Amino acid sequence: MNKPLRRIAIFCGLLVLALLLRDNYVQYVQSDSLRSDPHNRRVAIERYATPRGDIVVDGTPITGYAKSKKNGINDFVYKRTYKDGAMWAPVTGYASQAFDASQLEKLDDGILTGNDDRLFFRNTLDMITGKPKQGGNVVTTLNAAAQKAAYQGLLSRGKGAVAAIDPQTGAILALASTPSYDPSTFAGNTNTDAKAWNKLQKKNDPDDPMLNRALRETYPPGSTFKVVTAAAALENGLYTTADQHTSTPLPYFLKDTRTELKNEGNIPCKNATMRVALRFSCNTVFGKIGTDLGKDKMQAEAEKFGFNSEQLTPVRSNASVFPKSMDPAQTALSSIGQFETAATPLQMAMVASAVANNGTLMKPYMVDKLQAPSLDVISQTDPEKLSQPLSEANAQILQSMMETVVKEGTGTKAQIPGVTVGGKTGTAQHGVANSEKPYAWFISYAKLPDGSSPVAVAVVVEDGSANRGDISGGGLAAPIARDVMKAVIDSKK
Amino acid sequence: MSSSTNTPTHHTSTIGSIGTPSRRNTELALLVFAVVIPVFAYANVGLAIDDQVPAGLLSYGLGLGLLAGVAHLAVRKFAPYADPLLLPLATLLNGLGLVIIWRLDQSKLLQSIKQAGSAAPRQLMYTALAIALFIGVLFFLKDHRVLQRYTYISMVGALVLLLLPLVPGLGADLTYGAKIWISVAGFSIQPGEFAKIVLAIFFAGYLMVKRDALALASRRFMGLYLPRGRDLGPIIVVWAISILILVFETDLGTSLLFFGMFVIMLYVATERTSWIVFGLLMSAAGAVGVASFEPHVQTRVKAWLDPMHEYLLSQAGVQDGVIHSEQAMQALWAFGSGGTLGTGLGQGHSELIRFAANSDFILATFGEELGLAGVMAILVLYGLIVERGIRTALAARDPFGKLLAVGLSGAFALQVFVVAGGVMGLIPLTGMTMPFLASGGSSVIANWALIAILIRISDTARRPAPAPAPSPDAEMTQVVRP
Repeated sequence: MNKPLRRIAIFCGLLVLALLLRDNYVQYVQSDSLRSDPHNRRVAIERYATPRGDIVVDGTPITGYAKSKKNGINDFVYKRTYKDGAMWAPVTGYASQAFDASQLEKLDDGILTGNDDRLFFRNTLDMITGKPKQGGNVVTTLNAAAQKAAYQGLLSRGKGAVAAIDPQTGAILALASTPSYDPSTFAGNTNTDAKAWNKLQKKNDPDDPMLNRALRETYPPGSTFKVVTAAAALENGLYTTADQHTSTPLPYFLKDTRTELKNEGNIPCKNATMRVALRFSCNTVFGKIGTDLGKDKMQAEAEKFGFNSEQLTPVRSNASVFPKSMDPAQTALSSIGQFETAATPLQMAMVASAVANNGTLMKPYMVDKLQAPSLDVISQTDPEKLSQPLSEANAQILQSMMETVVKEGTGTKAQIPGVTVGGKTGTAQHGVANSEKPYAWFISYAKLPDGSSPVAVAVVVEDGSANRGDISGGGLAAPIARDVMKAVIDSKK
Repeated sequence: MSSSTNTPTHHTSTIGSIGTPSRRNTELALLVFAVVIPVFAYANVGLAIDDQVPAGLLSYGLGLGLLAGVAHLAVRKFAPYADPLLLPLATLLNGLGLVIIWRLDQSKLLQSIKQAGSAAPRQLMYTALAIALFIGVLFFLKDHRVLQRYTYISMVGALVLLLLPLVPGLGADLTYGAKIWISVAGFSIQPGEFAKIVLAIFFAGYLMVKRDALALASRRFMGLYLPRGRDLGPIIVVWAISILILVFETDLGTSLLFFGMFVIMLYVATERTSWIVFGLLMSAAGAVGVASFEPHVQTRVKAWLDPMHEYLLSQAGVQDGVIHSEQAMQALWAFGSGGTLGTGLGQGHSELIRFAANSDFILATFGEELGLAGVMAILVLYGLIVERGIRTALAARDPFGKLLAVGLSGAFALQVFVVAGGVMGLIPLTGMTMPFLASGGSSVIANWALIAILIRISDTARRPAPAPAPSPDAEMTQVVRP
């Protein structure tokens, strides 16, 4: 009987070997993915085990932490708190014991909890010296005064969003969205938190307060897109100056159709120069430019400005859309920011910033640096050039056109005494047969006497309550843009 | 460890086994480690959780030491030639199990859902009972061959034990799905654990008698010896019983265990590979057949194939007639979070497994807190117990002893494989417990009895043969030296 006994011994050995191999697979090969699986509650326990680091604006934390309420078996020790949570929510996102985290809170979780690999050495030192573990800080590029101006301005107008950028670096200065939410209300994991969370979900609140409109909502940009079309005309040599007469008939019929492309009101658009056309916002002139250039050239220029690609700031923004397959008539409509063209507020702020920065588009970013708990800098974001949508000379031509708009055109409400402001209004129709209330847009930049431009901004107001005639970028959105620009300039003094 | 390592005391000796060392001192030395390691682990847990050495450290250490010491003295007295590894291995596993059970007792979460709190003192009491039974077996069972007399009584006993959970009013549905518990006077008993031993006795006795018929009366077909129809009877009966267990008690593990044990013993008894082929075919057929219509088994298989999906279903509270369990995924997370070296005792979060965290799933806590290194060590300890058991079977001089030893060791190996494999997601989960580690009286008592029987067989196997009777012819064959 000994031969089969030996075989059984080998068989039992193989059973143990199989277990050993499986154990190595689970605890070594798969270990990292299991450990960091967001459903694994240990991730959240770890996240709230130490005082969470802060998100910092202008040297002041806009977040904090508190000891969780002890309700017996709560395994989370600390809870996130926010100062002016609703105002900053589009920047911070949320960190909730019950509902995970989003945006900066999620992306820089490792730094904020102190578990990031880059902190490993310091943590080990701290462990040896007996210092309690702490989270690092995320220092943002935002400007508190600009953010406040943007948020207050939007609050008085209902729904909308603002994005402001420093054109020279791409640093994001303001990022506001209304209606907003206060992430403090569901930072814990009690029933109250769950109720607050549920109330904010889109299915329970049609206004969708948790949507970050500045980064994640794409709106038809309307007439503000004419800046891109003008840039395309200059770059492709269709027109070489702002004051050259365009051969635009009035009425203008969309190519190969019997549909007339109309202007808003009785404005002097026949054979208007680009400067005049931008000042009065002539659909006919820019529609024709789009058709004359063709969809490929238009698309190439739009993509140089950042259309059709996501931006990682590092918080992801949705890709803005410039349609790829169109007939000449649709190209005309797309070139005045209608048809399928859609842009995020961040995208339109990038357009204004590229013009303001003499044609160079900088990559937008909102994290200046990451700090260890000791405030040592772990990583610093360096400004990075994204593209060159137009030459310096053409950018200056476009600047002079946009400055005319603010000086004596549709954007007079954005004027700031002592500062040169260039801008463009937009009133974008949407809905089936344009039945819904249009969106009011304004994009602009400010230029100081020394020629430098500290801020470019895009404002969109989706004002469902205003009456239709009142909605215009110049009336609703421009004052908000002016306040934001003014706040940035004042804070630099 | 075999007798050949020993130098004969004088050169004319022809009987090698005379003077075999008893190895009791080796056992004692190993036992010291088997007690000291869990005591350190216990102190470690206390320091990690409360920053202080646990108050019960002294009594725990003394208790474990006392139990191990008494067991050792009993072995020294009643089975002096027994295998020296089995007792220390079982003591070490039992001690570590107690530590982890105590560690889980400290979890507020488990206390709040009545899954832990006072399990460790209870387990220590069961361990004391188990050691008493261990000593009892060594004392009363002077020769394991006595068990051969109870072959058919064992069969009846095993069947009764297996069917008890199905008796109305007696069966207790304590675990999700599997009906393998009975409840008597406030105690929950898992009769399957005892049935394992009793069945091994029956199989050993039965196969010893029938093995020639099963092995020799067969026809050769395609390189395999096909057994005769009437010899197939017993295997069909055992197969049917294990399928019935699977269907009525919905317990995959127990049926696999019994059927596997029978096939192993059948193979050893007959030395015919064909029995293994039949066994595998029949268990595959049975498993597939049952899995195709038994929803409980299907859920277990689904949870094995896609634990994440099952976790999400359980979180979403999906009600579709079967219980969706988050356990499989929670166990994997516990293992994964432990990584190579673990979080350290008392510093993991295996309480998240919630249900049966300190019994069926106790290995996950080892995985999280002692890491890959710790679990591999535990698995090797189990492997050693199994291999020492099979070594005992090899050394045994009687076929009954061989069969019984290999049956018990094989069943032990299968149980470890089924439980550990289930918890680690290698095979579908079943409702069995890790021998010695898991909280539960039946398991610890039955497994100590199993070790006692193996010790008894190994003692008989290694015991020196009685000195040859003085031969009347001794004078005449005396070597004449010049």
